[in-house]
Amino acid sequence: MFKKILIANRGEIACRVIKSAQKMGIKTVAIYSDADENALHVKMADEAVHIGPPPANQSYIVIDKVMEAVRQTGAEAVHPGYGFLSENPKFAEALAAEGVAFIGPPKGAIEAMGDKITSKKIAQDADVSTVPGYMGLIEDADEAVKISNEIGYPVMIKASAGGGGKGMRIAWSDDEAREGFQSSKNEAASSFGDDRIFIEKFVTQPRHIEIQVLADSHGNTIYLNERECSIQRRNQKVVEEAPSPFLDEATRKAMGEQSCALAAAVGYTSAGTVEFIVDGERNFYFLEMNTRLQVEHPVTELITGIDLVEQMIRVAAGEELSITQGDIGINGWAMESRLYAEDPYRGFLPSIGRLSRYRPPEEVAEEARAVRNDTGVYEGGEISMFYDPMIAKLCTWAPDRATAIEEMRIALDSFEIEGIGHNIPFLAAVMDHPKFVAGDMTTAFIEEEYPEGFAGVEHDEPTLRRIAAATAAMNRVAEIRRTRIAGRMDNHTRHVGDDWIVTLQGQSIPVTITADHSGADVQFDNGETLRVESDWTPGQLLARLDVSGAPLILKAESYSHGFRIRYRGADLKVTIRTPPQAELASRMPEKTPPDTSMMLLCPMPGLIVKVDVSEGDEVEEGQALCTVEAMKMENILRAEKKGKVSKVNASAGDSLAVDDVIMEFE
Amino acid sequence: MSDILAELERRRANARAGGGEKRVAAQHAKGKLTARERIGLLLDDGSFEELDMFVTHRTTEFGMEKTKPAGDGVVTGWGTINGRLVYVFSQDFTVFGGSLSETHAQKICKVMDMAIQNGAPVIGLNDSGGARIQEGVASLAGYAEVFQRNIMASGVVPQISVIMGPCAGGAVYSPAMTDFIFMVQDSSYMFVTGPDVVKTVTNEVVTAEELGGASTHTKKSSVADGAFADDVEALAEIRRFFDFLPLNNRDKAPSRPFFDDPEREESSLDTLIPSNPNQPYDMKELILKVSDEGDFFETQADFAGNIITGFIRLEGQPVGVVANQPMVLAGVLDIDSSRKAARFVRFCDAFEIPILTLVDVPGFLPGTAQEYGGVIKHGAKLLFAYGEATVPKVTVITRKAYGGAYDVMASKHLRGDFNYAWPTAQIAVMGARGATEILYRSELGDPDKIAERTAEYERNFANPFRAAERGFIDEVISPHSTRRRICRAFASLRTKKLTNPWKKHDNIPL
Repeated sequence: MFKKILIANRGEIACRVIKSAQKMGIKTVAIYSDADENALHVKMADEAVHIGPPPANQSYIVIDKVMEAVRQTGAEAVHPGYGFLSENPKFAEALAAEGVAFIGPPKGAIEAMGDKITSKKIAQDADVSTVPGYMGLIEDADEAVKISNEIGYPVMIKASAGGGGKGMRIAWSDDEAREGFQSSKNEAASSFGDDRIFIEKFVTQPRHIEIQVLADSHGNTIYLNERECSIQRRNQKVVEEAPSPFLDEATRKAMGEQSCALAAAVGYTSAGTVEFIVDGERNFYFLEMNTRLQVEHPVTELITGIDLVEQMIRVAAGEELSITQGDIGINGWAMESRLYAEDPYRGFLPSIGRLSRYRPPEEVAEEARAVRNDTGVYEGGEISMFYDPMIAKLCTWAPDRATAIEEMRIALDSFEIEGIGHNIPFLAAVMDHPKFVAGDMTTAFIEEEYPEGFAGVEHDEPTLRRIAAATAAMNRVAEIRRTRIAGRMDNHTRHVGDDWIVTLQGQSIPVTITADHSGADVQFDNGETLRVESDWTPGQLLARLDVSGAPLILKAESYSHGFRIRYRGADLKVTIRTPPQAELASRMPEKTPPDTSMMLLCPMPGLIVKVDVSEGDEVEEGQALCTVEAMKMENILRAEKKGKVSKVNASAGDSLAVDDVIMEFE
Repeated sequence: MSDILAELERRRANARAGGGEKRVAAQHAKGKLTARERIGLLLDDGSFEELDMFVTHRTTEFGMEKTKPAGDGVVTGWGTINGRLVYVFSQDFTVFGGSLSETHAQKICKVMDMAIQNGAPVIGLNDSGGARIQEGVASLAGYAEVFQRNIMASGVVPQISVIMGPCAGGAVYSPAMTDFIFMVQDSSYMFVTGPDVVKTVTNEVVTAEELGGASTHTKKSSVADGAFADDVEALAEIRRFFDFLPLNNRDKAPSRPFFDDPEREESSLDTLIPSNPNQPYDMKELILKVSDEGDFFETQADFAGNIITGFIRLEGQPVGVVANQPMVLAGVLDIDSSRKAARFVRFCDAFEIPILTLVDVPGFLPGTAQEYGGVIKHGAKLLFAYGEATVPKVTVITRKAYGGAYDVMASKHLRGDFNYAWPTAQIAVMGARGATEILYRSELGDPDKIAERTAEYERNFANPFRAAERGFIDEVISPHSTRRRICRAFASLRTKKLTNPWKKHDNIPL
């Protein structure tokens, strides 16, 4: 076995690999750029080598620099993680040239699977199910109809050079095929200057399901079942799970065996993933093979109990797999949520910066539940603009899917991240979405269920009452503390009453609190009573409560007359007032936030470098309006739509905060 | 007998009705509460003891003798906020537009006199059209009587003004002399002369809101210390604010039970200072992380953002915080920030509230605008305020403490009790580049040599140890232990006694 390995990566995956290596008694070497000087993977590794400036193309993906670090530290093998150099055959070659093991597949396998056309041909040859289609050039509309009939409707007519939906048509009949062919061809010609067209089967109700394979250099190839990754946003996976709620045993076996056949066909070793698209009838078609460890590999580890990184290291060291296909089962259910530094309320805009607070839920591995959090950051660390904005991969495991989802909800409830925008509210919303809960999803889930983007969750009555009861009880604790201030008039201590009005999500809920030593009974005017017990004290940002026997975990920030509560995708302003206070408050004018749709707001704290337009200018959609420098990067702000500039509030040299109005439009 | 009691109730009801249903409805329609509703929100339930409910004006001019509403446009008395004594007056806009008559003024003076005598704060809820014109000079005299009491009360009991409607003309000078002014957004304004007079005299066209609204006074003029969305929020926040203040200048600031470990470590503070010395960071994060329960009442938040002022608690004890904010103008000291902080420091000193100073200051802002504006004298205000302050003073230098600004920011030399520095502190006359360019002028043509000199300067001076060697820094502390260190420092200073030489009063460069 190796004595020392280098991890040619950063962030959570570098930390993940280091953990397995440490468990195996292998010394680890981290590499880092200027931006990662204080990163977690550097702290965790036994040694760390600086390899250059922050941009990856000047550090992490410069083969020479990584090779130099390998030489300098005497590492015997390199784990590439995912991304960066993980699927670069030249890197594998460079390592081989110096007799350093690559913890991944052979160079030939990387190359073979790296090309979409080649990989599809190899797959076809290995009898792997591929999307039926005609790869040759199609002469005219008649031929298009003929081919479409051979494939079977619906078909997708695509421009060879296409992308982004341009030059793409879906046809369900001969007429549509004829028409679609012509319009695709025209569009392709004008958009790409290349009117070559091909036709393939259009997969309806597509789901993304992938098979994890593991192969050694002794001819053993096994599959570790599937992962379903249908919850995606713009091709970026957001939630993954294993197993898939959709596959049956026969399909699973067929997919697994075909994946192994494909791996064997290219002489694959190490861990790899064969991605399939699966339609509503459970027909599956090969998409591509990823010749590396996948981001979402932990869900497979959780249901199989196999440490994939350890296996990769063993395979790279020439060991034979000690597990056979028969050893692989499916134990329970695992969920993974990818926590990204992006603000769901602002169209998932990336949000970089300092993690002023970062408190993940406690990791546990028990008989009936597990929580695992793979991360590369820590409180006080930085989410840098140079790399992937992923903060953590939060996984939960339980004996069944419903419980795994419930565990995920609770884990997300208690995950505290402040300082940057993040997608926890969105993830929580997905976990509560009936279609997701039913396992009824396709790769279009997010697009279809959140067509206007994400605006937060509206909670139902019972949930609101639970929150009302909890906050009323918390408020009482805070109010009683206020009455214990020094300097009171003797014998004239303020008495804190029992009747309160809780306002949240546009509703006013009267409650009466009866407190005792261990908690409080909160009674509603419909006669319902909820029992609230908690050790919460004022100032705690995470309130763990028990409301009538069920846990309730709230993110709670105090403000005048109440709390800002964040819970399961909702961001609520909760006020708790006495009835007379509430009566007066109800008379206060509603202050609607100013309409910002006709304003250009500063998206980040920064310095105005340049204002490109002046008052009275007509601007076109996409026209540059001004440049804001933040974190030493210049960001050009552009017009979202056509309009006329009515007022410019900022000029070059001004330092602005988030949401400061830069200019207004008519 | 029952008739007599009924008569009392009738008179009370009459007084409580203020200007009558119609005017109360008009007040509500403007999104404003009545004088009594406001007192109800400000004070503990049922704690208000009203005085002078039956006072009426004595004017007979202009037919005024025909309307003599009980109370004369202001509700006065005392009550408690979380059990602590406070005197209150609340002007009633529904009675003669809250205008100030001789008797109206007398009612205010009465509670102010009691407040000074009994050592409790005064909170004024202002909502008044101005002087009672019908009373002529008697009304003006009334203002002056109030002014004189504001002046006598200053530094004796805390005085808080909440502007909840109009406050114009001479009326502004009473709030102006109190310790803190808060306003309600969109429904209050303050100015010496209103838009009409402005138009006549200077031809400027301006709305009341633009001229003297909450936004103007919190962002531009700095007359107000804060603004709130509406009456209800304003009064709730005044209650919160009141809990930070002592009752009078002989009383300690009020402690209260706290639920936050004074030993709490914050490992994230070890990475608060970016590796690039020119990169800003948010000083508020440090304030929130050292304070009890992250509770911070900021004053003048929207003005001179390069310095932060406000109140926190440490081990339940109120502490005033002054901190340079690197996020705004690199935290530089200028006219506005010096004035803002100086007034805050003097308030804390007057009322025995200990001061925590967090320093990251690159110096004073250069330029003609500053010099012509008198930055010399304004900067001196902060220097003076720190130097004369006898309350416990604890200072933490997080990063830059350059030049004269180092001296100003509660340095050891200005009788700082505990002067701490983080290891990232750079205490020097100026930054490395500037210093080498002056010291090695002859080598300016040789960039390599200058770079070497700069590096050498950084090695020698860009640290806290030169100052620590001289005892100007008492201790270099780990960022993560800051809360524990400053809690212990202030704890040890609870018995501090320091007096300045006798003087009639000092002559701070106003």
